[in-house]
Parts: sequence; structure tokens; C-alpha cells
Amino acid sequence: MRGATHARAVVCAVAVALVATACGGGGSDTGAVLSSSWGDPPNPLEPANTNEVQGGKVLSMIFRGLKQYDPKTGEAKNMLAETIDTTDGKNYTITVKKGWTFSNGEKVTARSFVDAWNYGAGLKNNQRNAYFFEYIDGYDKTHPADGGKQSADTLSGLKVVGDRTFTVRLRQKFSSFPDTLGYNAYAPLPRAFFDDRAAWLKKPVGNGPYRVASYTRGSQLSLRRWDAYPGEDKARNGGVDLKVYTDNNTAYTDLMAGNLDLVDDVPASQLRNVRTDLGDRYINAPAGIIQTLAFPYYDKRWGRAGMEKVREGLSRAINRDQITRTIFRNTRTPAVDWTSPVLGKEGGYRAGPCGTACVYDAAAAKRLIKEGGGLPGGQVRITYNADTGSHREWVDAVCNSINNALGDDKACVGNPIGTFADYRNRITDRKMTGPFRAGWQMDYPLIQNFLQPLYYTGASSNDGKWSNPDFDRLVDRANAETDAARAVERFRQAEEVLRTNMAAIPLWYQNGNAGYSQRLSNVALNPFSVPVYDQIKVG
Amino acid sequence: MGPYVVRRLLQMVPVFAGATLLIFLMVNVMGDPVAGLCGERQCDPATAARLKQEFGLDQPVWQQYLTYMGNVFTGDFGTAFNGQKVTELMATSFPVTLRLTIVAILFEIAIGVTLGVAMGLRRGRPVDTGVLLVTLVVISVPTFVTGLLLQLLLGVEWGWIKPSVSWQAGFDELIVPGLVLASVSLAYVTRLTRTSIAENARADYVRTAVAKGLPRHRVIVRHLLRNSLIPVVTFIGADVGFLMGGAIVTERIFNIHGVGYQLYQGILRQSTQTVVGFVTVLVLVFLVANLLVDLLYAVLDPRIRYA
Repeated sequence: MRGATHARAVVCAVAVALVATACGGGGSDTGAVLSSSWGDPPNPLEPANTNEVQGGKVLSMIFRGLKQYDPKTGEAKNMLAETIDTTDGKNYTITVKKGWTFSNGEKVTARSFVDAWNYGAGLKNNQRNAYFFEYIDGYDKTHPADGGKQSADTLSGLKVVGDRTFTVRLRQKFSSFPDTLGYNAYAPLPRAFFDDRAAWLKKPVGNGPYRVASYTRGSQLSLRRWDAYPGEDKARNGGVDLKVYTDNNTAYTDLMAGNLDLVDDVPASQLRNVRTDLGDRYINAPAGIIQTLAFPYYDKRWGRAGMEKVREGLSRAINRDQITRTIFRNTRTPAVDWTSPVLGKEGGYRAGPCGTACVYDAAAAKRLIKEGGGLPGGQVRITYNADTGSHREWVDAVCNSINNALGDDKACVGNPIGTFADYRNRITDRKMTGPFRAGWQMDYPLIQNFLQPLYYTGASSNDGKWSNPDFDRLVDRANAETDAARAVERFRQAEEVLRTNMAAIPLWYQNGNAGYSQRLSNVALNPFSVPVYDQIKVG
Repeated sequence: MGPYVVRRLLQMVPVFAGATLLIFLMVNVMGDPVAGLCGERQCDPATAARLKQEFGLDQPVWQQYLTYMGNVFTGDFGTAFNGQKVTELMATSFPVTLRLTIVAILFEIAIGVTLGVAMGLRRGRPVDTGVLLVTLVVISVPTFVTGLLLQLLLGVEWGWIKPSVSWQAGFDELIVPGLVLASVSLAYVTRLTRTSIAENARADYVRTAVAKGLPRHRVIVRHLLRNSLIPVVTFIGADVGFLMGGAIVTERIFNIHGVGYQLYQGILRQSTQTVVGFVTVLVLVFLVANLLVDLLYAVLDPRIRYA
């Protein structure tokens, strides 16, 4: 480190002698590279196949889509889109801005998007995010629900009408569709991807502020600033080295020793010391993640009418304030609704839909559970996966809280499952017999994304198989509203239905946290809890 | 000796088949791995079915096993869920773990045997008692404590080493992790050598050698040590396999992307192909290491003959 500082001082001295540039106070080295902790993405690194944070982190650096979410407000702003026009909320005309290219020089055209989307929607391509295209006409042909052979390779709802213009026809009205287009799955792809996918996966080429310099699978990904990047959000540093760590504790130790610049996952065990270790170089910012307890509505004992009182009682028996303070060290905020504060007022978040039902009150809890007919079998078992995310700690704390509130040592116990895959299996196979952990990280900052995928009848993340015609109707009407504010209002009404039925117990909003070295400044996390790499200054 | 080796190699076949079958079944019992691939949501059934087909998970287990074994014999260990060939994973991780194991074994031999000889020859003296006590402490402290402590002291507090190993993992970076990994075995080797030396030091052939007027170092190295090494060699031989597969804790602490780390990830992601592939190779390593140990006996002790 010391050597590098000296070298820079010399460079600065020379630079000052030649031209009068400011090297002192606050001047930063725009060529310097920072290192950041990373986890090995479980799926191949391609836009429509990446559904978790680690891969998404890279895609957000090497790709820019039609829309981009503002790192501070989460608002969807036009990026590559010049215009996205619709009159009916069903037919869209999208024009791509001029002057955009991929880092290999190829122009970004309407076709770059249409080809990429067709690829993502094709069943034979095994893309995990295929369902993001399900609203587009023709999805049932490219992605038959029964898993049979696809009868079309292209979505009939997509048409290239000009070099930079294409049209999208949805199979139903979906007014907030343009705002979803900032999600990675909708990124454009260069021809190089279709010509030789295997080679592309080894070294992805995109159109974002960074390009991939080298990629060693499972170990390190070196990203360098793409100097010819046409966008306004040019990288303010020379590049980022993403290093895979076997354990986030090791990454944290490396940060302490000065071998790593940025850790975006401070291990739970270090939260106690993080303030003394890092001072104001520790970030704890709200992210679009909510944790809830879902219920198996396919189980007769939990599905019967009257159980909403028991669920509300359980909710009131959980001391969220105490748990978020002691277990999570304020990296979680007690939930007061079913969405997330990162949506902001405009986006549909407001304090209070859950109301008193999310406030700890032992007496009320006891009363409500009694009124609702008591706990099924006299005991609840909260099921969770024990392999990741330190879930055991909070589940035990929730159970303690419930047991204390009800004055019964055996009212609640944790039920750990060994691996995440096995856990998901039991959910898919409808084998849950009591409340279970349900976490949701938003795909895009819209209230729709917090409600529809989780509580709409038959939705992909409706793990408890909750179903309510009133809720479904309100969501349908919200999607059909062409006015954004009115759509949000409808979604809020749908959220009231969740409240009346206590469809799931909101627990807390999860923050993103990160720590960084003294070399860095201007570090921030976006609402997806990913560092805004292009804005980081080094030196 | 030839027929003996052939017989031993033939014995490996059922052991190998049994071990792989067992692992294969155990990983399969954990359930359907595809469910974990779509994050906190249900994979859409069509994609899930496609993925199952791609990884051959839609067939009955026995057929999966036979196909798998058939492929293994042609050198194809299948594909991990992230699309990487398992052989590719092996090619990156086995060299790393091998280097780590070599460092660890060298520590065991260099420090363990030397200390053991020194102690054995000075039995009952303060040095002997002192080192015995130290080895007892080392054995009773878990590896992760030693590892984290050294990492914190040498890496963060004193800044002598980097607390984590880079992905290239050169020998120089692996010295401290190797020492940590070797620590417990090292203590055992020390104690084994000490006991063995102490016992043999009073043997007739040693007294004869001394009476012949041989120089002291020759008596110790050629006569005493050679005869005392048999239990030590057995231990170290078995340790090779153990160190290669059992370095998960050390690898996690020092960020070493070796076999332990790959296995750990494979288990978390229920990647049958990764787990079975790696374990298969580890089983082979164990078997071969054991065979080599047995053959080494004959070299160390001419009285042992294999037929």
C-alpha cells in the first residue's frame, strides 16, 4: 500500500508540473482499481439465467438496460430507452437511444433486445428467469407450461419495426411493465452471445460501464472501466476485482488487514464490533428485502376460516423491536406492512397497513389465539433452512418471544432443514405443516413486485398457496390502470386484504450492509443491497 | 511383490464401487436439487423439468448411477449446476489442495519427526516433558481456533502474512495454512516418533551398533530411526487422504479454493455430480496412499516380505 501511495505522489508531482491539476485534498485516482468480496454465482452468468445477488452484481456492472433504477430513490429512469409509449397499457412501442454500443463495438439495436428476450423466453435454453417474459404474447408457445417441445422460437408479441424501434404486445394489461424493464433479465445481448455462447460465458461482453478483463470461474472476476462507454454514469474508478471468498468472515478479516477494499456482506458475528472496527466506513442502508412467516394454506388446520385470528395472535406475540435490536444489531427494521420502505411514498409504501397487528402485545396475543381456536396441535413449528443466512438465531428468538408471550414453554419450536434445496423441495411438495420462513428480495422497486408474486393465486413465490378472490381482483385492476398513482392505490387496497386475513406475518425489513477501506469514498448501496460500484472513488 | 500389488489393486475395485454407490445414494436421499436453483421461489415446472432432464435427474436412481459410472470410466465426471465441468473444477482445486497437503506433510515430517527424535533420546528430561505438554495442548485445541488465532495475529495485528490466500495459492502463501492444517497431526507424529524412538533406543541392535563404534548420527539415522518409523509412516500415509478431504475448515478460514471448499459448496447446492466426483477421487487417493504405505513397510523393514 505504502509503495503505491508513493508512486501516486510522484505521478501527481509530475502531473502538477505539466498541467495544473489538483492532486491534493480530495483528488482521486480515476485509474485505480478496487477489490470487492464476491460469492460464486450458482448459475451461469447470463442475464435471463441469473436470479440471485452475486451474479446480479456483475450483470449490473457490465449491462445497461432500457431502464435503470436510481441508486438512491429506486425510481425507474430511462437508460437506453429513448421512449416507451403506450396508449392502452398492453401495446408498447420502444425506441432505443442512438449511439449505444457493446464493448466489442457492436451497435445496440432493437434486435439486440428482441433476440435476447426471445432467448430468455425459450424453454430449450433452460433460463431460470424465463417467467419474466410471461406477460409477452406468445410465451405459451416458446415456453409451454407442460414442459413439452416449444412450438415457436420467437415471441409473437415482439416485433422489430426499425433499426432502433420495436413493439411489444402483452397478453394482458400491465401498466407498470415499463418500470420492470430495469431488471437484468431484460438486458440486450450482442451477436457474440448467440454465435458462441460457451465463449461468451467465459468472458461476457455487455454494454455497461465496465467490461470483463478476465474471469477465472469460481475465483476472481476482473472488471475494468470501459473508456468508450457512451452513458452518463461512467465509472469513476479504474475497475473492480471481484474476489470469491470461501467465507464472509475471511473477507471481513481481509478488509481489516487492508487486503480488500469493500465487503458487502458483513458477517452477523462481526456486527457487534463493526462500529469500532470501521467507524463511519460502515454502511447500513435499507434494501428491498422483507422477511415474513408464511403459512401452509393447503394444510386443513391452517387453512380453515377463523385461523386469521391465530395468525394475528402469533404476530402480536413477536417482539420485533427487541429481536431486530439484539439479534440483528439494527440491520433489520421491524416491519409495519408487506412491502418495503425503499419503495417510498410514491411507490406505495406507507407505515401502518399492518397496524397494531405488528405490535407486540402479550395479552392481546393470548386472547386472539384463544379466540381463533388455539394453536393447531398446541404447538407451532417454524421451519427454516439452517445452512445459510443465520436463520437459526432469529427463529429461536421468535419462538422465545412467542413462548414468553403465551406463557407456554412448548408453544413454539424451530424446525431446521439441512439445506436450502431440501427446504425449497418441501415447500414445492407442499409438505409444510406450520409457519415457515419466507424471504423476498425485490426484482424491481414496485409495489406490484412485493404483492403479486407472493400472494396472487398460483403465483411463483406464493409458497403458502394463499388464495383470495378479492386480492386477485384488486391486483388485476391495479395492473389494468394506466395511471401509475391509481395503480399504486389499487395495490394498497390489495394490501388491506392481506391485513384482514393476515396472509403472512411481516417480520422485518432487511438492510444491506457493507464496510470499506480508507482508500474508498463515495460508497453507497442501492435498494438491491448492491454497492453502486461505478460511483466509488479510489484514493 | 508384483502379485501382491495386483491383488491389492483388485481389492480396490469393490471398495471403490461400494464407496461411490454409498455417496451417490446419500446425496440422492437429500432430495431434488433443482428446487434450490430458483432462489426463494418455485421454479416454473417446465424449466424445472428441463433442468432435471439436462442433469439426468428424471431417471431412476439406479440408472443414474450406472450412467454416471459409465461416464466416469471415460473420464467424464458430469457438469456442476453452474454449467462448469466437474473435471474443470477438479483441475483447479486438486492442485491447490495437493500443494496444501504437501506443505502440511513436510511440516509433519520436518518438525514432527525431528522433535520426536530429540524427545525420544532425552526421555524424562525437561525438554521432553515440556514438548509433550505442548503437543497435548495442540491436540486439544480445535483447528479452527488455531487457524483464526494465527490469522488474526499474523495477518491483522502484526501484518506478517496476508490473512487470506489468493486464488492462485502459491506455496509461499500456503505456509501458515499448511502449518495450521498440520498442527494436530504434527503433534501426533511427534508423540508417535518419541515413543517409538524411546522404545528402540534400548534395543539390542542399537547397543551393538554403538559397541561397533559407529558415529552417533549414523546409529540414530540408519539404525534407530529407520526401525522406529513404521508406525509414523502408517500414520502419515493415512493422513494424506485425510488432509486432502478434511481441510474444509482450514480452507474456509484462509480462503483456499481447494477440494474442501468445492465439496462444501457441492453439498450446499446438492450438486450430485460435484460431490460424487470429488469423493470418488478422494477414495482413490485414500486407497493408493494405503497401498504405498504398505509397500513402504518392506523398504523400511527388510524382514517384511510381500508375496
